[in-house]
Amino acid sequence: MIVSLALKSLRNRKLTATLTVLSIALSVLLLLGVERVREQARESFAAAVSGTDLIVGARGNPVHLLLYAVFHIGNATNNIRWDSYQSLATRPGVAWALPLAMGDSHRGFRVVGTSTEFFTLFRYGDAQSLKMAEGSPFSNDTQAVLGAEVARQLRYTLGSALVLAHGAGEVSFIKHDEHPFTVTGVLAPTGTPVDRAVYISLEGVHALHDEDTVADPLASPPPDPLRTRADKAKASDHDGHADAEGHADHEDHANAEPHAGHESHADENRHDDHVGAANPSITAVLLGLTSRAAALSLQRSINELPTEPLTAILPGPTLLEVWGMVGMVEKTLFALSILVLGVGLAGMLVALLTSLNERRREMSILRAIGARPAHIFALIMGEAGVLTAAGIGLGFSALYVMQSLGETWLQERFGLFLPPRWPTPDELALMALVALAGILIGALPAYRSYRRSLADGLTPRV
Amino acid sequence: MNPSVVTLGSARFSWPKSDAPVLDIERFDLRAGQRLFLHGPSGSGKSTLLNLIAGLVVPQSGCAEVMGQDMGRLSGAARDRLRADHIGFVFQMFNLIPYLSVLENVCLPCGFSTRRRTEAARNGQSVAQEARRLLSHLGLDDEALLRRQVTELSVGQQQRVAAARALIGMPALVIADEPTSALDSAHRDGFLTLLLNECARAGAALLFVSHDIALARHFDDAVAISSINRARAA
Repeated sequence: MIVSLALKSLRNRKLTATLTVLSIALSVLLLLGVERVREQARESFAAAVSGTDLIVGARGNPVHLLLYAVFHIGNATNNIRWDSYQSLATRPGVAWALPLAMGDSHRGFRVVGTSTEFFTLFRYGDAQSLKMAEGSPFSNDTQAVLGAEVARQLRYTLGSALVLAHGAGEVSFIKHDEHPFTVTGVLAPTGTPVDRAVYISLEGVHALHDEDTVADPLASPPPDPLRTRADKAKASDHDGHADAEGHADHEDHANAEPHAGHESHADENRHDDHVGAANPSITAVLLGLTSRAAALSLQRSINELPTEPLTAILPGPTLLEVWGMVGMVEKTLFALSILVLGVGLAGMLVALLTSLNERRREMSILRAIGARPAHIFALIMGEAGVLTAAGIGLGFSALYVMQSLGETWLQERFGLFLPPRWPTPDELALMALVALAGILIGALPAYRSYRRSLADGLTPRV
Repeated sequence: MNPSVVTLGSARFSWPKSDAPVLDIERFDLRAGQRLFLHGPSGSGKSTLLNLIAGLVVPQSGCAEVMGQDMGRLSGAARDRLRADHIGFVFQMFNLIPYLSVLENVCLPCGFSTRRRTEAARNGQSVAQEARRLLSHLGLDDEALLRRQVTELSVGQQQRVAAARALIGMPALVIADEPTSALDSAHRDGFLTLLLNECARAGAALLFVSHDIALARHFDDAVAISSINRARAA
């Protein structure tokens, strides 16, 4: 009875009711949308690496190491020597060691040099292993395996030829035209950074960098702005220097290869690495241990290796650390969407409060007919409840529709995997909280109307 | 003598935070089926008296009995129920809930009172049937009109809808507070006759309040509020 009165009363004030519902719907849409993006970001973030016990890179910041080794963000400042990798791989307690050599790109996607074991040993998400969507892993230094996203966006299929570029930018001026790669395999989608990488063999990385500087058997270290500046300052004749120097520098500075640069890198690019094409330097190593419990002590001993300054990290805690930083952003976003919701609900409060004055007469009539003050209270509460419920329903439906329509776009544009789905228990709880907030806010005008109807009696004293 | 519908004895009422009573009535009686004309200028305590009879306020001293029940002893909810069950109202204007149709407005009291719902359903075949019957007695039987927004009706039509609403479910008492002052003289007499006839048909007592003494001739009895209210008129 009261609910039907509330509905009819709202229908009578269509415009304000619609606007109120829209503003609540928009804020609910924003709240749930932000929540879903947050959730998805956190999930895919945590799913990026699994089953790896230690990640080793050149001495440096653990967060930095995790970002470039797993998320392909940023560059390593230093490489790891091949013999260090070999000694890591053969240490007792190490079950497997996957070398990663980065620093090149293909049309904005990172190129990762690794061993074929990568495809069998690497784990992501819930300890899932990589699957080939089609084709097979590379078997020589001119073959490449593509992440699902790379293949989809660039429309590559098996047999496509690609030309790799040095540096990680979208646009690169240095292209290794002489050394094209052929796609032999495409990985199934994982929802992790693997989807956005091109995998080639370590020999491939080496060959990529070998073509114009025959004496340089090493993968180039990523460009270092500091060193580049030093190069320019101290430019001196250094042509054909046999020591390892990124050939990017060769090209950037033509014949000006500085002694300074070569000296600072003498340590990591030693001549005894140059045993052959199979000994490239690498940027990171993923380690799997025979016993997880040994991870901490192994981490310490790697960090203290006298032969080369290295940093070993446990992926889990470092992931948490990174998420802690990203988390500030997501918490801010969430707080903002809560504020927007507050604005939406405040709109309802204003709409209900301003309607009360013109409805005093109506309340008196209802009282005269026999409505109890509780009925008056319930009527206004009912209206607030209907408005809030409609807002929540519309907001969720809009989100569902937007996700249905924008699913592909979101994935292509932002790499967000957000298929439309029914609310999770958490989201239901969130919506219940919104409903509760709406009802609590409705209590204010309802109480005002209740008090007033007691005072007014049959004739409102306006 | 018919049983009493309303009895006030030594009833005094003053608004909160005010010492001076606005109402101090030695004796007031309204009997079943009686048609009483109550007149007095505005500010003489008419509205307060109606609020008292309706149970929206209770006297600070003395007694106010409606349908044999002492209002002062009933809880607020019980007074609301008593009003819903036994009293129908017609106001001066703006009687109708703007967002309900004519029929919904007439049926509204049955939503708050089981007794009136039962009575209405017994009189007609259903509450809606009874509402239609009352409306047609009051000269509103155009189907198109019944479906219209109440705000589109003329004032005279609105007052007749209000009368039908006051009468549905056979309340023992109809209180009409200046129901004709918004009507022109031609409509005034017509409406008054309809209201009196329908009250008589339903067996309801009618308490008709107006400042227009000329209407008194239509009623069984006429009382000036100044003659029963010992409190100084505000």
